[in-house]
Amino acid sequence: MALVVNGVEVATDEEGYLEDLSSWTPEIATAMAAEEDVELSDEHWDIINFLREYYEEYQIAPAVRVLTKAVGKRLGKDKGNSKYLYSLFPYGPGKQACKYAGLPKPTGCV
Amino acid sequence: MATKKFMYVNRKAPYGTVYALESLEVVLIAAAFEQDVSLAFIDDGVYQIAKGQNTDGIGMKNFSATYNALGDYEINKLYVEKESLEERGLTEDDLMPIMWEDEDDDWAEKPSIRIVSRAEMANVLADQDVHYSF
Repeated sequence: MALVVNGVEVATDEEGYLEDLSSWTPEIATAMAAEEDVELSDEHWDIINFLREYYEEYQIAPAVRVLTKAVGKRLGKDKGNSKYLYSLFPYGPGKQACKYAGLPKPTGCV
Repeated sequence: MATKKFMYVNRKAPYGTVYALESLEVVLIAAAFEQDVSLAFIDDGVYQIAKGQNTDGIGMKNFSATYNALGDYEINKLYVEKESLEERGLTEDDLMPIMWEDEDDDWAEKPSIRIVSRAEMANVLADQDVHYSF
């Protein structure tokens, strides 16, 4: 599967995850979201940027439980809950946000 | 559901075989079941949490940073056998300072690594309900 961003073809796997993590750009995230009729807000970007930093530090995409707790700690308790995260990423904060962030699907996520 | 004590025993060097990475992935996946999880590092397994790993020359992913995420998964009992370190000329200073944050103590950082003697390790292992050996 391929996604076209600014006229350049970006390789993704059968579920739409980026093949090459290092090729990620914010425009790719915007294009992936647009394919799912999502317009990325600052709140979306907070989560996407957090996931990218987490991956950079630990070399894994965090489980949803871990993401939820970490968001609560960093962005405030009102955001560290599944209701808030699902309101941003209705297909699941793990799957959908990791995809936009250019990360692999979280370990253990089916 | 009653909580069981799960122990993942790691005996092999991090690269060259897939055991270490597979063990780590199973640990992270199983963390979702909220059991009482411990890890043991014995024999060459102690190299899995050694500082300064560099895989540039072997074309494998360096996954050592991921051990530092274990605390986020509420896994904070990493038993390391003292004799295994000594036999390899290593000390605790050669290991990554793996920490966890205690949510009930204002997120204070606490060490996850516990150095134990061979005899103590035997007791730790005997005290578990389920063992996975990698």
